[in-house]
Amino acid sequence: MTDIVLKTEGLTKHYGGVHALDDADFEIRQGEHVAIMGDNGAGKSTFVRQITAVEQRTQGKIWFDGDYVEFDGPLEAREAGIETVFQTLALADDLNVPDNLFLGRELVKLKLGPFSILDYKAMRESTLSGLEKTGVKIPNIGNAIRNMSGGQRQCVAIARTATFHSKLTIMDEPTAALGVQETAQVENIIRTLKEQNESLILISHNMRQVMDLMDRIVVFRRGRIVANLRKEDTHGEDVVAYITGAKTQDDYAGAA
Amino acid sequence: MAETTHGIGGLTFDPRKREMPAEIGVALALVLIVAVFEALGWLLMNDSFLFNTRDNVDGLFNVARLKIIILQVSIIGIIAIGVTQVIITGGIDLSSGSVVGATAMIAMSFAQAGEIYGNPNDRAVFFEQGLVDLPIIVPLIVGLACGVVAGGINGLLVGYTRIPPFIATLGMMVTARGVAKWWTKGQPVSFPTDSYAAIGAGMMPVVIFGLIAILFGLALKFTVYGKHTYAIGSSEDAARMSGIKVARHKVLVYTIAGLLAAVAAIVLSSKNLTAQAGMGIMYELDAIAMAVIGGVSLTGGRGSITGTVLGAMIFGVIISGFTFLKLDAYYQEMVKGAIIVGAVVLDQWRQRRKASKVEK
Ligand SMILES: Nc1ncnc2c1ncn2[C@@H]1O[C@H](COP(=O)(O)OP(=O)(O)OP(=O)(O)O)[C@@H](O)[C@H]1O
Ligand SMILES: [Mg+2]
Repeated sequence: MTDIVLKTEGLTKHYGGVHALDDADFEIRQGEHVAIMGDNGAGKSTFVRQITAVEQRTQGKIWFDGDYVEFDGPLEAREAGIETVFQTLALADDLNVPDNLFLGRELVKLKLGPFSILDYKAMRESTLSGLEKTGVKIPNIGNAIRNMSGGQRQCVAIARTATFHSKLTIMDEPTAALGVQETAQVENIIRTLKEQNESLILISHNMRQVMDLMDRIVVFRRGRIVANLRKEDTHGEDVVAYITGAKTQDDYAGAA
Repeated sequence: MAETTHGIGGLTFDPRKREMPAEIGVALALVLIVAVFEALGWLLMNDSFLFNTRDNVDGLFNVARLKIIILQVSIIGIIAIGVTQVIITGGIDLSSGSVVGATAMIAMSFAQAGEIYGNPNDRAVFFEQGLVDLPIIVPLIVGLACGVVAGGINGLLVGYTRIPPFIATLGMMVTARGVAKWWTKGQPVSFPTDSYAAIGAGMMPVVIFGLIAILFGLALKFTVYGKHTYAIGSSEDAARMSGIKVARHKVLVYTIAGLLAAVAAIVLSSKNLTAQAGMGIMYELDAIAMAVIGGVSLTGGRGSITGTVLGAMIFGVIISGFTFLKLDAYYQEMVKGAIIVGAVVLDQWRQRRKASKVEK
């Protein structure tokens, strides 16, 4: 029995000539909270898009929850238990909050294939309890989210992951647009996940946040993983040195 | 946890804080336009546009005019229901008018009466093969299949290739018109069976338009199909990342649009008791105009069947109003054009106003 939730081997993504992600070996254990850090364009979001099958990888292997997986698309990844807050949020502006939370996995009253009847009431109720966890202020969840502020939208995207039980949660810069209070709320959600022993991958540029909340830090640079650091064994300046390329870990010497 | 003072996380679900639906604006526009024609009627014609002024007829309203208003837009209205759904996904369908032509020709040739006034109808398309007086189900299935094929090809091109909807459906527009002309080498097809002729007789087009509008109005509001249609038009990337099979859904939406164009073709050819290769020319533009006037946004994601039905009514009122005022048909088209452009400008203005509200 292994308690490794997600493992990648040689994960690679090329966009034409752009080597956005090269040969990434990564693993995360049950209940572990791992930060991914790196400069803009380092390949962090690309890594997320491969795991979640939003894009099809160029090369590499992925194991999830003990099984070798080749997800056909994002829905399969979600159904397997990977919940993701994408950096782009992946929200539909013209839909309201419950519609967005349940997009792609709507609750239905009556199954009729594509014409299944939606259960609006149940979706609204779950939305309220999901949003409760984020503490976001939204004037009316029945309005299209087009008119909401960046922070509110981000909270909606986070509430989406908080509404569903998952084995692995991935958050790509979830607090980038948030105010002090909302950031604190999101950090509380992360702590709750930790208490519930759920695994989390957090992509963040916020060193304090990472040092406060995470167990381990994986550093990406120019599409490659260049360091894998336990929080106890490192400190902020050290991590920055890896991010900027001033330092490279022995294990990854070839990668620099 | 940080406490908030507004109940659960400051969340409210206050129905009074709902935005005004765009349909209300369209309905107001409809009322306004009717009022203008009513006023002009009294000023210029000394007669009422809307109300009954004849002594030999009972009733408050001019029912005959109301019937004409709705009857003359119901066939294109059927097309507009399909086009609305395509536009909501962020696409466009220019092929509907030609699909009407091709479908009318093909369906009608399987609906030929065997005898006319006691003489054998030897001009029936499949007379030699003995394919006359077929049961009504045959032309119906053949006709609807034409729509499904045309719409399905549109959908496959739009969903699975990088060809933009404008070009894909433009191709179908030209191709389907070609099929319509080739089918009988340009000859009109007339003399349908009685059962076929009954489909579009009298007020049947209005009934069919109404039923289809209700059916798809409900589907868009209350089913997963509708939700995904709006989601794709709103943000295709978000839809894809949420696991919606975008390409497959587009095939479904364009197929429905083709199917509804075929329904319109059957009703139209039945109503006219004839099919001609030139049938349905420019219908696609009228259908798009009805949707746009009804508040369906050409950028996708917004609009409704209710809006499109109201848009169709505005169309009908304008045509009837011009006839009522005895104005030339030329003016009709010019005003129609201006209204379409006006509706798009209004939609963009509405979007900008909303966007600026957010920035504040
Ligand atoms: N669809 C694409 N086509 C071509 N190049 C791409 C595509 N997506 C990403 N890239 C490139 O891949 C590289 C990695 O991008 P990625 O979005 O993964 O960076 P990131 O680490 O998430 O950066 P940030 O911190 O800014 O979010 C960048 O150079 C980017 O330009
Ligand atoms: Mg990124």
